[in-house]
Amino acid sequence: MGPTLYRKKAPLVAFLLPAFVFLILFLYYPFVQNIINSFSHINGLGAPAQGLNDPWYVNYATLFADPKLRTALGNTVLLTLCTVVFQVGIALILALLVDSIRVGAQLFRTLYFFPIVISATALGLMFNLIFLYNGGMLNQLLVNLGIAAENIDWKDPDHFLFTMFAPVMWQYVGFYFVILVTGLNNISQDLYEAAALDGCTGFKRVRYVTLPLLRNVLCTCLVLAITGALKVFDLPWVMFGAGMPQDQGWLTGTYMYDQTFNRGNVDYGSTIAILIVVLGVLFSNIANRVFKPRDDI
Amino acid sequence: MKKITPAKAGTYTVLTFWALTTLYPFVWVILNSFRERGLIRKDSFSVPLPGSGFTMGNYEKAMERFDFGNAYANSLIVSIAVTIAVVLIAGFAAYGLVRFRFRLRGLCYSLIMAGMMFPVFSTIIPVFRMEAAWGIASSGNRWLSLLAVILPQIAGNLCFAIIVLMGFIESVPMELEESAYMDGCNVFQVYFHIIMPAAKSSFATVAIFSFLWSYNDLFTQNFFLRVPREKTITLLLNEISSQAGVDYGLMAASVVLIVVPVLFVYVALQKHIIKGLTAGAVKG
Repeated sequence: MGPTLYRKKAPLVAFLLPAFVFLILFLYYPFVQNIINSFSHINGLGAPAQGLNDPWYVNYATLFADPKLRTALGNTVLLTLCTVVFQVGIALILALLVDSIRVGAQLFRTLYFFPIVISATALGLMFNLIFLYNGGMLNQLLVNLGIAAENIDWKDPDHFLFTMFAPVMWQYVGFYFVILVTGLNNISQDLYEAAALDGCTGFKRVRYVTLPLLRNVLCTCLVLAITGALKVFDLPWVMFGAGMPQDQGWLTGTYMYDQTFNRGNVDYGSTIAILIVVLGVLFSNIANRVFKPRDDI
Repeated sequence: MKKITPAKAGTYTVLTFWALTTLYPFVWVILNSFRERGLIRKDSFSVPLPGSGFTMGNYEKAMERFDFGNAYANSLIVSIAVTIAVVLIAGFAAYGLVRFRFRLRGLCYSLIMAGMMFPVFSTIIPVFRMEAAWGIASSGNRWLSLLAVILPQIAGNLCFAIIVLMGFIESVPMELEESAYMDGCNVFQVYFHIIMPAAKSSFATVAIFSFLWSYNDLFTQNFFLRVPREKTITLLLNEISSQAGVDYGLMAASVVLIVVPVLFVYVALQKHIIKGLTAGAVKG
């Protein structure tokens, strides 16, 4: 028995039609078409498909034999793991610390969140300057402080993973920080007082009161961090371009873009895109299962 | 006087350290954007003063060599169009899904949830080919090219926007709508005069994240905008990074020209922006 206002269903069409026209044209249809494309033979972005591949699964066979794709996958998985450990880890430490202070909490929040609103392209350019071999901020700092004897080439095969991952992780720490602080604020002060009466303070309080109560929020952060890591494109693309150094620096996103746009391998690019979707579903399912939110707390 | 315990001092030290990592790189880039060419390598930490390395030359060169005005105009056109369209279309859909009871409601909701799972990588190629066939993409016409970016960006933000708005519209009390209807308003008037004002802050939230996602996106824009006069701010930056070579002062000045306007907007609207970008992750 709904209100009379919503009994007539005719206006519903006007409300839902625009959204679903957009979604069908630009989301569902392209998604299905992309699966078909991965089995077809397409030479250029604007060129029509020239029938099915022979054999039709050839792109998927290539996928397993392609050493560059293996590199891209390895790097992406590593980036995902680093994101979970460092990004969410640092955010958690900072959030717990901020929760214990009164003065300046708002200021820290503002500062930590700032990198998120800056486009990854601008950040990429900025980090290119910071990691410069000759005169970059980091090299000058390390040499001046006597930590490094001479300039370090931050983009060589020994250092590029750090140079690529650190900015990506650094940018989004503030995002998880804000989510975790909001979660901490929701914890009732009474619980802390009760814990203090039982002699539970400091690290013990964090371990036995705060963290269990924060579990669900933490799970949300981890799932978001994992799915976010799979979508990384801008920062590595601006800083490293096509697979630098020596084809070791690919990520699934940058490799897909390069194959599609720079090499005209449109059908293979579609296949990589499908791999990205499969990975995303797989990873977020695993994350949901491992960090399952619980209703009992 | 308040006592400062060692624990408190340690807490502030760690917090300040991280604040420095987010703040100092920007300060360093701003300082060096005013430094004369060649001096960056010797000493990039001092403050450049008139007479000892200060120059405006990097900015003059940046403005001269690259068309920042045009790039800003393109970026704003795209992002504002995306924002308006997302707010209107998503608001309509969220309202329809929350208030009306109909047979396909469950299916519609599942489709929207599923839509959030498609990464842009998996739809971009067919979208490009479709728009090329329509004559919008790679047509050489600036306005059509911008439209070619706007359309998929709207679709990309819609699902998330609908989910966020549904949560807020649900919490609007229905009595108001019913009485407005009794007074002779039709459903559309109810939506514009009651729902939208009541859920104002959530519409602002959606507007902000749509705008920022669109403004900062490189992947989609890179696909559709290839000609210089179509370039947006992110694409211009991408171009500068490949063209500036070893002219680090020019690069620094370009970064500052991009970051500073965003900085002012951020300081002015930070509460809404932080809320907007973390919406959906946390309830309330």
